[in-house]
Amino acid sequence: MKAAPFEYARVANVDEACAMLASDESARVIAGGQTLVPMMVMRLARPTRLIDINRIAELSYIRSDGDAISIGATTRQCRVERDALIAAKLPLLARAISFVGHAATRARGTIGGSLANADPAAELPLIAVTLDAILAYRAGGRTEKIAARDFYIGPMTTNLPSDAVLTSVQFPKWLGKVGVSFCEVNARRSDFAFVAAAAQVELSADGRCNRIVIGIGAATDFPIRLTSAEEQLKDSTLDAVTVKGAVLEALADIAPLSDLHASAEYRRRVAVNLATRAVADARSHAIGKNRHAN
Amino acid sequence: MSAEQYRFVSADRRVREDRRFVVGKGRFVADIDLPNTKHVALVTCPYAAARIISIDKRAALAMPGVHYVLDGCELAAATLPLMTGLDTPNVPRRPLAVDAARYSGEWVAAVVADTRALAEDAIEKIDIRYEPLPFVLDAEQAIKPGAVLVHAAHGSNVLLDRTFVWGQVENDFAASPRHLSLQVKWARSSTVPIETFGVLASWDPWRDMLDVYASIQMPKYPDQIAMALRLPASAVRVHYDVDVGGSYGVKRGIKHSVLVAYLARRLGFPVRLVEDRLENMRGGDAHGPERLFDIDVAFDDSGLIRSMKMRALENIGAYAGRSPFQLGKPIGAIVGPYKIKSVQYRAIATVTNKTPQDAVRGFGQAPTNLAIERMMDDVANALGLDPLEVRRRNMIQHEEFPYTIPSGTTYDSGDYHRVVDKVVAPTVYNEMKAERDRLRAEGQLAGIGIAACLEPSGGNASFEPLLNSKNATTTWMDSCRIDVDLTAAITATMHTSSAGQGHETLVATVIAEVIGRDPDGIRVVRANSLNSLPSNSPVGSRMAIMLGGAAFHAARKLKAKLTAIGAHDLGIPPERAIYEQGKVYDRAAPDRRRTWEELVAIAHRNFHRLPEGFEPGLAVAHVYQVPTGGTLPTADGRVQMYPCFSFEFHLLLLSIDPDLGTPRILRYRLGHDCGTVINPKIVRGMTMGGIAHGIGAALYEEFAYNEDGQLITQTFMDYLLPSSLEVPAVEIIHHETPSPHTVLGQKGSGESGYLGAPAAIANAVNDAIRPLGISINTLPLNVAKLGDLIAETHARMGN
Amino acid sequence: MRINLIVNGTESTLEVEPRTTLLDCLREYLGLKGAHAGCEHGVCGACTVLFDGVAVRSCLMFAPQAEGTPITTIEGITPGPGELSPLQDAFCEAHGLQCGYCTPAMILVAHALLAGNPDPTRDDIVDAISGNLCRCTGYAQIVEAIALAADRIRGSNRPSELRS
Repeated sequence: MKAAPFEYARVANVDEACAMLASDESARVIAGGQTLVPMMVMRLARPTRLIDINRIAELSYIRSDGDAISIGATTRQCRVERDALIAAKLPLLARAISFVGHAATRARGTIGGSLANADPAAELPLIAVTLDAILAYRAGGRTEKIAARDFYIGPMTTNLPSDAVLTSVQFPKWLGKVGVSFCEVNARRSDFAFVAAAAQVELSADGRCNRIVIGIGAATDFPIRLTSAEEQLKDSTLDAVTVKGAVLEALADIAPLSDLHASAEYRRRVAVNLATRAVADARSHAIGKNRHAN
Repeated sequence: MSAEQYRFVSADRRVREDRRFVVGKGRFVADIDLPNTKHVALVTCPYAAARIISIDKRAALAMPGVHYVLDGCELAAATLPLMTGLDTPNVPRRPLAVDAARYSGEWVAAVVADTRALAEDAIEKIDIRYEPLPFVLDAEQAIKPGAVLVHAAHGSNVLLDRTFVWGQVENDFAASPRHLSLQVKWARSSTVPIETFGVLASWDPWRDMLDVYASIQMPKYPDQIAMALRLPASAVRVHYDVDVGGSYGVKRGIKHSVLVAYLARRLGFPVRLVEDRLENMRGGDAHGPERLFDIDVAFDDSGLIRSMKMRALENIGAYAGRSPFQLGKPIGAIVGPYKIKSVQYRAIATVTNKTPQDAVRGFGQAPTNLAIERMMDDVANALGLDPLEVRRRNMIQHEEFPYTIPSGTTYDSGDYHRVVDKVVAPTVYNEMKAERDRLRAEGQLAGIGIAACLEPSGGNASFEPLLNSKNATTTWMDSCRIDVDLTAAITATMHTSSAGQGHETLVATVIAEVIGRDPDGIRVVRANSLNSLPSNSPVGSRMAIMLGGAAFHAARKLKAKLTAIGAHDLGIPPERAIYEQGKVYDRAAPDRRRTWEELVAIAHRNFHRLPEGFEPGLAVAHVYQVPTGGTLPTADGRVQMYPCFSFEFHLLLLSIDPDLGTPRILRYRLGHDCGTVINPKIVRGMTMGGIAHGIGAALYEEFAYNEDGQLITQTFMDYLLPSSLEVPAVEIIHHETPSPHTVLGQKGSGESGYLGAPAAIANAVNDAIRPLGISINTLPLNVAKLGDLIAETHARMGN
Repeated sequence: MRINLIVNGTESTLEVEPRTTLLDCLREYLGLKGAHAGCEHGVCGACTVLFDGVAVRSCLMFAPQAEGTPITTIEGITPGPGELSPLQDAFCEAHGLQCGYCTPAMILVAHALLAGNPDPTRDDIVDAISGNLCRCTGYAQIVEAIALAADRIRGSNRPSELRS
């Protein structure tokens, strides 16, 4: 399994990369390569030019940006995994990141790479959609922004223009009594999930739900939000019956994937189950955190 | 001799081979560099079945660095078909498809180029025209009249359909008060070593010699290459000192080797083929059994099984080498560890348009154990009896050995009840049941699984003449040679390759034990096939018995020679000479002695001091025939198969999330009895590895095909191998019932763990879902299938 | 193209096609055969090397990408001809291998683990090696080897009068 021949270019800034992408239809950027290289050695991807963006310093960062956390696109997944700011301010991302591949792939894989790859079963797109992240990309000298919810349009398919390079992702910070939960089902612990659920909740002083977001990944072509359930559950006590009903309704019309690993029925049923569990766990997490303040 | 008396056998000593591997200095086939080597990549057929209309090589040959494109017609004209096991001349097997390809992934052409990358570039430029043909994938479809034929000239898809009746089966069925039937499916998986198969060949036209380096585990490998190339085997030198990166049966690579050997001779430079993972999974022909069992069993109210009928239908794939024999080997343990009095066994092997199989660890025993152990649990449940109790009642008792089973094999020794007691007693079984009940009360599904299985060992492959009457092979042997040199250093030679079983350590330990010298001072080297003594390779869990036996006898010869030299030189009658750790002294006058160095010097230098008729030097060898071997089957198909029977008893507790279907092994105990253990680290390591293989086959691994005949699990992303997270801690409880047939009482343990783990896991899953009134008898038991089955049941029950 | 690699402390200038993976580069151009190809698509981990001390899959990196970063292979942590490191010796003591094909990778992963966590729990060890597949051992004796190594390495750093 050896890749087809290509030219290799290393660029010093993003605009150089964009210019190369614009002038060469079969050029691609490479960051971590953990997904691109397997595709290339199996000759499923055959770029004639590979643009290495790993050394563009301004693409690798984690910082607080007002009421959001900004992460540069080539920031390594392992860096996010270890980062104190992420742990404190984006607990859902911190929770989910350890499920991404293996330690050895997180050592090289990047946040932007996973977001742009858009694998239906990937954790980071699910978190981005769940938290209403904003992705920024550069193309033709301009910076554009797009909401995660609008970014994903099909399996392995995004709205990223062919001459664009993803530059950053911004996650809004939540204040107050916040709890998170992430769970997934797979055959082996580190495989791509059959179904994944992410939930984040903010409780009021009397334990009611002020705000809740629920996302389901791996069940459909791209991650989805259970928007109707979120609206129903706002201001509720998040009791089990109400949650289950809201989740069932929100997932009633999805068209789940069916493949070697799991049937559509399995994905639909388990999506309901995991979403329900995720809400309960997020709620417990919010209550517990307040009691053991850290 | 018993364990307490041994100095080196059974001692917890290091495995000497480890030293080179921990520093990355193993010598795997891909590590070997010969100057001017060129590299092969394969063009594969994309269809499940297709006629090959034309092959246009011109664009590929025009590429720089590309030297040759070989097609099936040229190769078929220059070579003989590959050896098969059954007598099926109309189902020939060749490295490259000739007029038709019969499975998706079959090799159609081979490109030779300066680098592997260039060869892969060239593959894409080869234009092959195919005419897709109808195909059949399912074994039950394939054996029906009117099925699509995989090999038209054979007239049907059935390569083997043989029914054996041992004992009064119909009478026993009629006389039994209870009967039940079940169907069990073992899905297609394999042992999938981390190193793929690779072979490097070089032809020397001045010596008329082919040198072959390969990641090989195969009996009669040099001979098969020679025969295909119409050479004498004395022109084929296979180097056994290549380290094999795991095999567990499958590294047979004969089509790869004939292909590469032909190219090396034809083209005049060394040629190398190292499968990439895609070539390996689809076209390496290393798949394992895919078997459907139909079982009827007759028993009484106390759970005693009187008789069993088993039909085993095997989906061989598009071609067959030895793989159909995997239906024959289990005949040697067809009743498992139980006293079943009569058996009817029907073995059917059918071709289909899937990838061919090779020998997989256990050679068909693990699927058969699954069938038998599922049957035993079903019998227990039909009667409302504890499955463990049903095992106890049916198992052969210690004092009943040697015990002859209906198919003609005699089990050598065993103490099954004692092993079971050690695993379950005094309170473990009850603790596990209590834990199971506690989990159930919490809403989990939980089950206990047991499996009692045998590991036939020693490799007396009498299933060959049993299933092919034209094959009268009864010789199953291995060899060891020992040389003591002028400096009094000891070198032993073994005559096969190894894949991590610690054979060098085994040989040194056994020789050291016999001659009383430090094993660390015994060097072990490997021959090549031209300076070899006969060996049948590490197959059939045979090496502890066979290589150990050969080493033992050779060491005995050495000891006898030294004793005789010493006696003669001391001028004493032989009965007064005592041999002790390399020296010989006079029993009547112990101060009169000859040291090891003195004896060696006499042997090498002082011919005048040697006994009459003695050859100079200290070279001894022994070629060892398998104990109890040497008989052909009777007319009614009874024959002694393997000589020794190890025993394993699995006990595990498993839970299943009722909503997600995810299984978790919570506790795992294994009782293992392989007779005398020559090296505990080796045996324990192999057993743990076998359990991991078994977990994979039970829960994760499958070569799955879609309805177009495409293998959809072609990479490690879809073919799921257990990682450290999927293999729980296992408590291994040890027992030793020596074999009366072997030099030290040792039995084999090369397949331990794998033979029973799938059965135990299947039984645990079924115990867990039994309260729902359902069962599942198909491997692998994957998460979503379990989840769907449970959900459907809840829906039917109105939950 | 021309690239500069720093491997086991030595700098080499090589002329390679960009599509040459780091794995193939180490094996074919630098003669370092300890890293092995198991799947070439980043799942089995047999190709593991340390990239600035961190375990990565060398089959998933094209050689030009590896320029400028110190790379350590199994050959680089072997003390000298005929000598074993305490970790390598522990693998021999516990027989944490059989065929040896996954072994250099396992040892490098263990090496990186112990460098950051000298007192790992069994779960830490199981987790650390979960990205490396072994088909021979079932992992038990590998885990024991790493635990033994951790124990010995910790013990060897204590003043001699405190060692048990």
